[in-house]
Amino acid sequence: MSTTSNRWVAGHVAALPRSGIRDFFELVAKMKGQDVISLGVGEPDFVTPWHVRKAAITALEEGKTYYTSNLGMPELRRAVATYVTEHFGVNYRPEDQIIITVGVSEALDLAFRAFCNPGDKVMYHQPCYVSYHPSISLVHAEGVAVPTYAKDNFALTAEALRAAWVPGCKILMLNLPCNPTGGTCDRTQLEAIAAFCREKDLLVLSDEIYSELTFDGTHTSIASLPGMQDRTIFLHGFSKAFAMTGWRIGYACGPEVLIDAMMKVHQYSMMCASIIAQEAALEALNNGWDDVCEMRDQYHRRRDLIVRRFNEIGLTCHSPRGSFYAFPSTQGIGMTEKEFAIGLLKEQKVAVIPGTAFGVNGTGHVRACFATGYEQLVIACDRMEKFVQGAKK
Amino acid sequence: MNPVLKLLLEGGRLTTAQMAQVASITVAEVEQHLEQLKKDKIFLGWRPVLDLSRDAAAGAAVRAVIEVKLTPERGGGFNNLAQRLAKFDEVESCYLMSGGFDLLVFVNAPTLQKAASFVSEKLSTLGGVLSTSTHFLLRSYKEGGFLLAGSEGSSDRLNVSP
Repeated sequence: MSTTSNRWVAGHVAALPRSGIRDFFELVAKMKGQDVISLGVGEPDFVTPWHVRKAAITALEEGKTYYTSNLGMPELRRAVATYVTEHFGVNYRPEDQIIITVGVSEALDLAFRAFCNPGDKVMYHQPCYVSYHPSISLVHAEGVAVPTYAKDNFALTAEALRAAWVPGCKILMLNLPCNPTGGTCDRTQLEAIAAFCREKDLLVLSDEIYSELTFDGTHTSIASLPGMQDRTIFLHGFSKAFAMTGWRIGYACGPEVLIDAMMKVHQYSMMCASIIAQEAALEALNNGWDDVCEMRDQYHRRRDLIVRRFNEIGLTCHSPRGSFYAFPSTQGIGMTEKEFAIGLLKEQKVAVIPGTAFGVNGTGHVRACFATGYEQLVIACDRMEKFVQGAKK
Repeated sequence: MNPVLKLLLEGGRLTTAQMAQVASITVAEVEQHLEQLKKDKIFLGWRPVLDLSRDAAAGAAVRAVIEVKLTPERGGGFNNLAQRLAKFDEVESCYLMSGGFDLLVFVNAPTLQKAASFVSEKLSTLGGVLSTSTHFLLRSYKEGGFLLAGSEGSSDRLNVSP
């Protein structure tokens, strides 16, 4: 055991809490080899399409093993610009308004480091992705959580934003569709949020990584709404739609001056994203749309199954319009989310994540990821039914 | 397509109750579809897809593919001989082929000697069999549409992730 003192660890890092997901990961890891069906993963169960993998192999064979421009390969940025225009209706210049990053996670970190002064306040809706609040804390800014509720299908509302707003708020962090709830906003709700942002002069960081996995209606980017492009950083990546989580490749688009600020941080930290991943991403954008549609259809089918089963067995669950997460309530069966998740894992060997891992507003819910084979989902639902019936006795 | 047939083709071994959930129909309807498929001789039976190389005892069995040339019979063509051949217990599958030979026969035998004696004593001695060419299967990489372990997939995928 190391005897090194932690006196060298920065105070704000020492103060960061451990991720609730990490705690649960260790619990599940102990049950290795016990036929556990995990609905706790936050990634597609598909392997990256072969033609995308082959593009990376070809790049290696051709000796593409060097740095790229700090902003990323020009042809990839051009492909991103075309894609974002066609799918989201927003035009960005590939030369200076797009930066390729090491996943959306790095893009977010760059944005917080580029835009936050110590003490600035960042609003974000909660339950939310586990990294948002810690990322804000790491730049000595303050997070302002805005609750979303099951009764609204976990959509963020302008009213909730207004109620949570405090002086000093500078940034609004959006994630639509949302991890872990699958909640999103329709165009009308988004317009009200946009109006609020303009009124309060907020910069918007819009993480739209799940946008292609929208099942009902069409996805609208807040950047496409009138007056919003100049105050929005559009964040996207390849992990979810193209099943490329391990490649760590994403991008940010926004006004030149803001992208330039993010680029400054990027060039002194990451330098550039891996050229191999960039080559693969280029292939995915150019020739991967059929794969996306096929995977989305599969997720859609799985969502319909899991939501119906959850409601039938008494785990009240709204229908997530996007993402691959369901966020059912455990309140009807008289258990806290932690008791439920631990009991379910131990008794029926199904792993779900307690909602509190995604913030206090996740209380009374668990996250179940349906990026798992259909048959496995059916079996998982059967096991959950048994567990719930046992709990009710 | 018959929804139950679709599920069967996907390769899942679901109970009728689970099939009903997946296809969004009732259990009674699933049973009705299954009965109809059996009646129409479309659904002939269940068979698991196994990677026998992982079982020392079962993996020792010998599998061979045999190309067979035949003399077609007046009236029956290749059919009578092919049907006769297909009745041997050692024969797993038997197909009439286009190309350089007539039948492709998949054979399963517990030992090499038994596979050899099937070819030399039963198959090649049948009237109408002109010649045989036997190829032994050394290793499977894909079986019944399933990639076998080591060929694909990410067994190291984390059980829990953000």
